[in-house]
Amino acid sequence: MTDKATPAAPEGDAVANGVNDRRTSYNDFVIRFANVNGSGSASANGMFAKALFRMGIPVATRNIFPSNIEGLPTWFEVRVSEKGYAGRREGIDLMVAMNAETFAEDVASVVPGGYLLYDNSKELDVRLRRSDINLVGVPISQLVLPEFPNPKHRALFKNIVYVGALSALINIDFDVITGMVSAQFKGKDDLIAPNIHALEIGRHYVLDYLDCPLPIQVRYSNGASDKILVDGNTAAAIGAIYGGATVCAWYPITPSTSLAEAFEQYCNRLRVGENGERNFAIIQAEDELSAMGIVIGAGWNGARAFTATSGPGLSLMTEFLGLAYFAEIPAVLWDIQRTGPSTGMPTRTQQGDLLSAAYASHGDTRHPLLFPSTPNECFDFAVEALDLADRLQTPILVMSDLELGMNDNLADPFTWDDERSYDRGKVLGADDLERIETFGRYLDVDGDGIGYRTLPGTHPEKGAFFTRGTSRDEYAAYTEAPEHYSANMDRLLKKWETARDLVPAPVIEEQGRLIGIVFYGTTALPIPEALDRLLEDGVEVDTMRLRGFPFTDEVRGFIDRHEIVFLAEQNRDAQMKTLLVNDLELDPARIDSVLYYGGFSISADTIYEQVSERLVEYNVPRLRAVGGGGRGTAPRKDREYRP
Amino acid sequence: MTFVVKPRVRHPLLPVNELGLTRRDYEGSVSTLCAGCGHDSVSAAIVQACAELSLPPHKFAKVSGIGCSSKTPSYFLSHSHGFNSVHGRMPSVATGANLANRELYCIGVSGDGDSASIGIGQFAHIVRRRINMLYVVDNNGTYGLTKGQFSATNDKGSTSKKGVPNLYEPIDLVSMALQIGASFVARSFSGDKRQLVPLIQAGLMHKGFAFIDVISPCVAFNNHNGSTKSYDYVRDHSERLVSADFIAPGEEITVDYDSGALEDVAMPDGSTLRLRKLDEDYDPRDRIQALTQVQRSAEAGEVVTGLLYVDADAADCHDVLGTPAAPLNSLDEAVLCPGAEALAGVNAQLR
Repeated sequence: MTDKATPAAPEGDAVANGVNDRRTSYNDFVIRFANVNGSGSASANGMFAKALFRMGIPVATRNIFPSNIEGLPTWFEVRVSEKGYAGRREGIDLMVAMNAETFAEDVASVVPGGYLLYDNSKELDVRLRRSDINLVGVPISQLVLPEFPNPKHRALFKNIVYVGALSALINIDFDVITGMVSAQFKGKDDLIAPNIHALEIGRHYVLDYLDCPLPIQVRYSNGASDKILVDGNTAAAIGAIYGGATVCAWYPITPSTSLAEAFEQYCNRLRVGENGERNFAIIQAEDELSAMGIVIGAGWNGARAFTATSGPGLSLMTEFLGLAYFAEIPAVLWDIQRTGPSTGMPTRTQQGDLLSAAYASHGDTRHPLLFPSTPNECFDFAVEALDLADRLQTPILVMSDLELGMNDNLADPFTWDDERSYDRGKVLGADDLERIETFGRYLDVDGDGIGYRTLPGTHPEKGAFFTRGTSRDEYAAYTEAPEHYSANMDRLLKKWETARDLVPAPVIEEQGRLIGIVFYGTTALPIPEALDRLLEDGVEVDTMRLRGFPFTDEVRGFIDRHEIVFLAEQNRDAQMKTLLVNDLELDPARIDSVLYYGGFSISADTIYEQVSERLVEYNVPRLRAVGGGGRGTAPRKDREYRP
Repeated sequence: MTFVVKPRVRHPLLPVNELGLTRRDYEGSVSTLCAGCGHDSVSAAIVQACAELSLPPHKFAKVSGIGCSSKTPSYFLSHSHGFNSVHGRMPSVATGANLANRELYCIGVSGDGDSASIGIGQFAHIVRRRINMLYVVDNNGTYGLTKGQFSATNDKGSTSKKGVPNLYEPIDLVSMALQIGASFVARSFSGDKRQLVPLIQAGLMHKGFAFIDVISPCVAFNNHNGSTKSYDYVRDHSERLVSADFIAPGEEITVDYDSGALEDVAMPDGSTLRLRKLDEDYDPRDRIQALTQVQRSAEAGEVVTGLLYVDADAADCHDVLGTPAAPLNSLDEAVLCPGAEALAGVNAQLR
């Protein structure tokens, strides 16, 4: 940057203008970028987050985007937390306000004492000024104007300029960022210099004209140094490859699209044989009905197959899910939930598909569900779901959501045991058929409700049967006899009981306290922070994170052992509560719901506030442990705390 | 009813094929369709075609949707697995089945309601995807199981049993298949076994998507005067355009004394498709001409039958996807799982 190209900082608009009474804090803030969709901000913002991650700082990212290709507002939020809090927290400490359309609301969302980084090429409207926040004006438009003559480039480089400014403002190691630029554009070397130049323009301006760094800043940490940064959809895709999926059929729908696309991308890297043969088949189907049909056709014929979709797609797949339940065909479905009903808010998150997934299709149907909370569980459950589908000969639905699927989160490096083999379930080969006396596809030989199946083409004489969605007897012959129909339905129920012990068990942290909080999926992300805040108030709780449906006895036990049971989830109708009440035949009054369904991911604040309010209603005494934490309180047998 | 056990008595004089099997080994259970149903003739033609080709009777995947036609996979090839899926969705199930195991012969049987109404989307897209299978539509222009409603292939003006005319334009699956790019398109008549059996053989051996629309009269609801899908109407109005004979590799090509111009098409597996054309100017390898001919005949109230179009060198879905020669369902951990070392590489890139 040359001196003559540098506009002077507008008067009275420098940083630290009077309200900056913050003490310096490190690695503990929420930064939000407000941009226009399609303006190229995503890669700049991603670079910012990755730079902090490379410094070993725990980060959690959230992309808050519209259902739009270009022009509408979009936000990118990074939770920076030395403590590793990955959930959403209300209030923005540092707002990078680059979208004129949302400027007023962006300014309003900054916490008192927080910071507003904005383009002060034009003077800030006095009506938008707030005396309780710090303004950090950088004349980004003026800075890029003389440097980048091409208007399209100029728009893109504005994003890079604010990243450069931030590097000085919050003290990011500049070498980390420039190193990332060099790596990102490797092979396109002519792009490296202008990007680094744009970074330097922003950086030098704030170094020259503003007080740097701000009191909220970053420093090297070990908090994330052994981690990876990955979104749940990518993790699930890699897991599906490790789990042996060979057929993927899907139809594009936000927020699940990136799962199928990641599967293809990683298959091209990890699943291509020495002679170039592609050991996988991916079909972008004409709709979700077809996608599910392809998965079921492949599963019937012995290939591990899966689909990825979201609520509207799940609705279309229900017909086939009923067939697969009744005809007993392995299938895996990833539901990356978004906000319903109908098209709802297609780019917002929710846990709203539980009931429609659990009981998808007409007639008496029920399907096992898995609830991953982290990218690691997305990877693990992708493998597990394929095994379970083969073992149980039924569709397994993995209930992720937009929050987990599409946002980069810290994760432990993925691990794989090379000794692990796939559980292909009960499949008879030609030799088995020679050995056994009679083959009946739906005979419950082992008493676990699961019959033995054969694959097409196995044996010239034995084992062939007709798969159908109509009623059949134990030998797969069509029947409308009541006793055969009922016996088959009862066997399916027995299989359901078998599934109970096979789906992932809950994760329970219990020390005999009065209060238990139950949650699942991404509602787990803000839980540690909410618990810490409750603990500050002297409230200690036990926790149970549900990971599978149907529920094990451990789930019932946890609920039985706690006087007050909260269940936090992200939907209006307390759908997990309904599943618990229904599956375990619980008294609905045993479970107090903590609900959020606004479309963002549930925040620590919401959980803390709702639980605290309820505890006041119940007149629960503060149970601060004497002599420093860890000591539990014995569960009360009476019900005096309940209204 | 399928729970009626069919007697497996072998007549000592029944001819055996190259595998030492008789036609009985290719049959299925006793049909539950109405006596005289065209669909039973199609099933019999499939039995004969497979027996004559000496294909292993257990190496098929039979798939269907819902309807009278979709019941028929029970009535042929009982040594093979069948899948009677859901209404109009057989094409997706067939796609998955074929992706999982490319070595099986895949036969899909559907109906006009199943493929031209509820399943028209899936029909169109399986054509596009070039799944290597034989797709047969038993086309009777009516919904038999629900007692005689018009289907989408019913001709405008054709009447119901009660004399009510159909008010809507028909959908012609043959034209659709031609237009979307099927590499083997034929039309036949369930009452013309001499034409149908060789077409089924050729369709089975064709690599890629082979479609046969078989006019197959419904004796219960659509075989009256005034129907354009009755036995009488089709006999009177059908015109054999191109007949086909399938000649296996190495088999002697005998002289054929029938009238018409002969043309041999070499199939990729070394077999031959012998086409007998009644109109010398008709080129069954010209898709546009086929489309035009079908449309012109329909306009004139005629039904052209035979192998209307064939592209013997077409690629199938597996060619497009670049899958291995071994079926995907036969690959084990050694091939499918990249292992811990590769995962360490994946992790490194996510740092």
